[in-house]
Amino acid sequence: MIWNEAKECMSRDELETLQSARLVKVVNRVYHNVEPYRKKMQAVGLEPGDIRGIEDLYKLPFTTYEDLNANYPFGMAAVPPSELVRVHASSGTTGKPKIGVYTRHDIDIWAECVARCLSTAHITRDDVIQIGYGYGLFTGGLGAHYGAEYLGAMVIPMSTGNTKKLIDMMIDCGVTSIACTPSYLLHVAEDLEKLGLVDKIKLKSAICGAEPWTNEMRDQMEQRLHIKAYDIYGLTEICGPGVACDCDYHKGLHIWEDHFLPEVIDPATLEHLPAGSEGELVITNLTKEGMPLIRYRTKDLTHLEYDKCECGRTMARIQRFKGRSDDMLIIRGVNVFPSQVEAALLTVEGTTPHYMMVVDRIDNNDTLEVQVEVAENVFTDEVKSLEALSKAVHDKLKAAIGLNAKVKLVEPNGLEHFDGKSKHVIDKRKLYE
Amino acid sequence: MFIKQLSVFLENKEGRLDEVLKTLSQGGIDLLSASLADTTEFGVLRLIAKEPERARDLLKSAGITARVDDVIAVVVPDAVGSLQKVIYKLHEAGINISYIYGLSVDGEGAPIAIKTNDPDKAAGILEKENVKTLSSEELGQ
Ligand SMILES: [Zn+2]
Repeated sequence: MIWNEAKECMSRDELETLQSARLVKVVNRVYHNVEPYRKKMQAVGLEPGDIRGIEDLYKLPFTTYEDLNANYPFGMAAVPPSELVRVHASSGTTGKPKIGVYTRHDIDIWAECVARCLSTAHITRDDVIQIGYGYGLFTGGLGAHYGAEYLGAMVIPMSTGNTKKLIDMMIDCGVTSIACTPSYLLHVAEDLEKLGLVDKIKLKSAICGAEPWTNEMRDQMEQRLHIKAYDIYGLTEICGPGVACDCDYHKGLHIWEDHFLPEVIDPATLEHLPAGSEGELVITNLTKEGMPLIRYRTKDLTHLEYDKCECGRTMARIQRFKGRSDDMLIIRGVNVFPSQVEAALLTVEGTTPHYMMVVDRIDNNDTLEVQVEVAENVFTDEVKSLEALSKAVHDKLKAAIGLNAKVKLVEPNGLEHFDGKSKHVIDKRKLYE
Repeated sequence: MFIKQLSVFLENKEGRLDEVLKTLSQGGIDLLSASLADTTEFGVLRLIAKEPERARDLLKSAGITARVDDVIAVVVPDAVGSLQKVIYKLHEAGINISYIYGLSVDGEGAPIAIKTNDPDKAAGILEKENVKTLSSEELGQ
């Protein structure tokens, strides 16, 4: 089902005309209302009048997390605070969260985008949907909630943490769809199997996002629960979940290009690449009022496909992510950066020792082990002080990233050094292969 | 009163203890006593060696974390309750025992290594109580 056929199936010409008009408007707004943007544009000798359409997009300066961090929290907002009605956040590299701010209109657009995604997964007003994302600062819970309500489905705001209750209500209320992280859904599947309740559920579809997942995981959930599973993508800074979603044909995630203008750049040279090239996904908010981001570097590596999809939509499709151009990890839906582990170790030990983060997925649950080298400066002859060190690292990490990591003290030089992107990370989940 | 103890950090994985001991024996280090304190994750090997500083440097160059600390070595008579008497005196003075283990050195009585939170105060008390102790020199360190 197509929620907004007029937009989702627009011809490329029409779409580009719309994108161009919106780009000109948003560039004007940020130039006049957001000082950091005005300065960035002036620094490269750009005036709003120089941007006449999407063909001029590549002239505009990029926006990165560092810009958001430097102007945290509201320095990049394009409207006065009185116009803002909501704040969401997810973790950033250096401790300051990545923040997303919304006007009432932004919340409506977000709901529209999520409704398009849910429709792509054939969810209608006749469906009963459980939202199994966390409600709170995280965009997943409230984002999916507003979209599902806007669509007219019956929403059960489960949030996370109580699988037993989720299963009870899934059966009692005849739940037909669920929105949650893919690893959580597999966890639910396992519990349903253990309890012998798979036959008792009416689930037809699942909208999974907030962490990368594999085709193998999709096959697993579809076969074990007899459902159809769809991938939803989004990021807090841009909007939240609902930026893109895949359809029955699973040929990439349709990005709602009338709101989010996508492009691909070479992360090394920052050059704008021709359609279809492999590189870093960069998104420009075309309609956001609260904090529209211009050429925001997502750090996700992919390519875009523009041919019309068999589902009828013309919106470009984001292809399977090949990885990240930074060292961010998504563990149980939480953004984790090696720099956070470094900061935790620094506060505990006073120096940064050698360390390694080992991420794995065991029984469909992400695990994080932090191996810390015991160097001379922290080694003592007392077992209890070493145990206290291990606990202090664990607690600092828990406070910084909200995850319970297993801390393992290891001998110096005991850490194997891999050729991967980051010498501090071993990701055994193989999410990008 | 004080002897030098060499502590070595060990990961709980096969062959590590052997590797440490091999490094020391190849370097000609004479070991007098050994004790291992371990958890499920790691262990601390405590050694009494004739040349503790040289032993530490040997290990260090092999990439093994080690350090040298002073511990008290007492010799308790072979009689029921004699160790308890020593410990009680320390406890009475408000001294906490971090760890304790038996030393395998020849001689009369049972030699014991004791690590406390206040070594100097502990030494004073043991002296006052005329508890027999061992010194680094006596062990040839
Ligand atoms: Zn499609």
